[in-house]
Amino acid sequence: MIRHKTITELLAIWVVTFACLPHVALSNDENTQGSFFSKLPIELHGFYEARGGYRLQNDRYEKDMSIMENRLQLDISSYPDWGDLKVKGDVFGDLVEEKADFDLREANISASPLDFMDLKVGRQILTWGTGDLIFINDMFPKDWQSFFIGRDTEYLKAPSDAAKVSIFSDWANLDIVYTPEFDPDRFISGERISYWNSNLDRLTGEDAIVQADKPNQWFKDSEIAARVYKNISNYELALYGYHGYWKSPAGQNAAMSRAIFPDLNVYGLSVRGAVGKGIGNLEVGYYESADDLSGRDPLINNSEMRYLLGYTQEVARDFTMGLQYYIEQLLEYSRYRDSLPSEPARDRERHLLTLRLTKLLMNQNLRCSLFTYYSPTDKDVYMRPNINYKVNDNMAVEIGSNIFFGDYPHTFFAQFQNNTNMYIGLRYSF
Amino acid sequence: MRLVLTIVFVLGLSLPVLGADEPNSTKEIPDVQTIVNKANIVAYYQGKDGKAKVKMIITNKQGQKRQHEFNILRKDDEDGGDQKYFVYFQKPPDVRKMAYMVHKHADPKKDDDRWLYLPDLSLVKRIAAGDKRTSFVGSDFLYEDVSGRSLEEDTHELIETTDELFVIKNVPKQPDTVEFSYFNLSIDRKTYVPMKMEFYDKQGELYRVIESKKVEKIQDFHTVVKSVATNLKTGSKTEMEFSDVKYDINLKDIFTERYLHKPPREAIR
Repeated sequence: MIRHKTITELLAIWVVTFACLPHVALSNDENTQGSFFSKLPIELHGFYEARGGYRLQNDRYEKDMSIMENRLQLDISSYPDWGDLKVKGDVFGDLVEEKADFDLREANISASPLDFMDLKVGRQILTWGTGDLIFINDMFPKDWQSFFIGRDTEYLKAPSDAAKVSIFSDWANLDIVYTPEFDPDRFISGERISYWNSNLDRLTGEDAIVQADKPNQWFKDSEIAARVYKNISNYELALYGYHGYWKSPAGQNAAMSRAIFPDLNVYGLSVRGAVGKGIGNLEVGYYESADDLSGRDPLINNSEMRYLLGYTQEVARDFTMGLQYYIEQLLEYSRYRDSLPSEPARDRERHLLTLRLTKLLMNQNLRCSLFTYYSPTDKDVYMRPNINYKVNDNMAVEIGSNIFFGDYPHTFFAQFQNNTNMYIGLRYSF
Repeated sequence: MRLVLTIVFVLGLSLPVLGADEPNSTKEIPDVQTIVNKANIVAYYQGKDGKAKVKMIITNKQGQKRQHEFNILRKDDEDGGDQKYFVYFQKPPDVRKMAYMVHKHADPKKDDDRWLYLPDLSLVKRIAAGDKRTSFVGSDFLYEDVSGRSLEEDTHELIETTDELFVIKNVPKQPDTVEFSYFNLSIDRKTYVPMKMEFYDKQGELYRVIESKKVEKIQDFHTVVKSVATNLKTGSKTEMEFSDVKYDINLKDIFTERYLHKPPREAIR
């Protein structure tokens, strides 16, 4: 049942949407040189999107509706001589959570104060590393909820409120990202997505929302991430370091009533370049769980090694295939087993194989893709089929699904099996 | 998206063409290898760098149109050697602000290095080398039309000489790697600008034509500013127009990851 307030909110969103659309559309039109926007030194773009989807099975703890939203994204940028300005935000009405909201995705200033230095300050999307939908050294926030319910892949990256300094030299390049207040993932908490709750030893959802204590003091609870990288004959080498917190809850307080984000340091490296007819990549990371170095604390994640090997190639005309092999290796495994309060235990190693298939058809206006995660150790699978058709230069429609299954109810992907869903979307970009 | 290939195209068609404006009729006709070498050099390696705005309109058989707009920057490592391209997309809206970078290698055995920057994810993606006879951004131009086909891949025969043109017949040495049986290339005798390419299928029927519709002299370089590719089989055609063409703009080395994240002003404007 939709509350009256929600309807009002949604109406408001629609009104805003349609009030804005004609303007932005006009501003993009060459024939309207005299329009308001064209006189300002700014560019205004964005999209309007409607997206809806349902679970394909019952979930005791969640609604049948997995996604149902209208979204207007406005993207304003300006390029004065001294730097670039950008503001991008989404207004959306969400029938699943029965609310209307605003998500400011970017609001930043970037400049090159020195020939060898770039600076970007403010809310921004940050990415590095070589994995395809697998992240080892990219410790910037992810939005797993958006990913699993079928929003555009853009939304997998959540924004950071950070300052990024980049220094370039012939010897190597350096990026340093300072985040004064910890930006966690938008993690799976039981809202919208049901999950395996190890405390209750069963699947839970809206009945057991994760209550998390996020480190939230400016400057004290900060994160710092760094990357040194160099391109040698188009082989891209990088070293990474991170000092901060596990990005999704990785422990509990002593009373086991609140989830916590223990301290984490990550050290890693990657290399990427041409291999045969395709692109190969290798990435490694050491996750040092700083609040439980010995591995004896049953309430905090142990340290881990993570390894990734990947290869992508165009195997036929307009048909690309990408393969990745990924391993998470728990360190101090015997201590983990000894201190474990209850089964089921994790395996020492979690292996994951991914396969991406992408085929373009109809003059590249139709894109069919399938991304599959398969874990031979967890014996579970997550598939992301998607078909996207560009009706014209502005309009695209898509249909897709998020499919989870596995042999055991508690493994990484199988725990989401009642969230298997299918969605359709329509987007008008301007 | 196959932005990649576009770049090459610009090279091929919009790049400066040097040529002495001398009368032809009195001159001796050079041998065919000299002509194709000269046309190739003229078409792909003039000026040490350059930029252009490109507008591409694809019209299918039903008359539906799609439009792409992008800016392209090019810099040669050395004449006849490796080249670098930076393409910054402006239209359609779903690819706006994407940047595409190519390090093109003159050695035909070495695949080009390509990167694509996706601004929404702030992601620098490495793109695998692809089939060069694939459509560029869904248009009627193929990657190879744009980037240029290696002279080593075909045998060349001068089949006609008019007052205006040399017509060269090109036959692939490995016919099973391509969909055509041969193509004729018409080259302007004065400027060595390639004016027309006609592709014949395995049955010997003409099925694809690429024509230079408008050539202008820009900073002493003869430049194709409008070209059209027509597919006679599908009834589809693609027009490509170049504007704001400038050569020797003293580009810095902007062909690095730094500038994918923060495109240079030359690319945005």
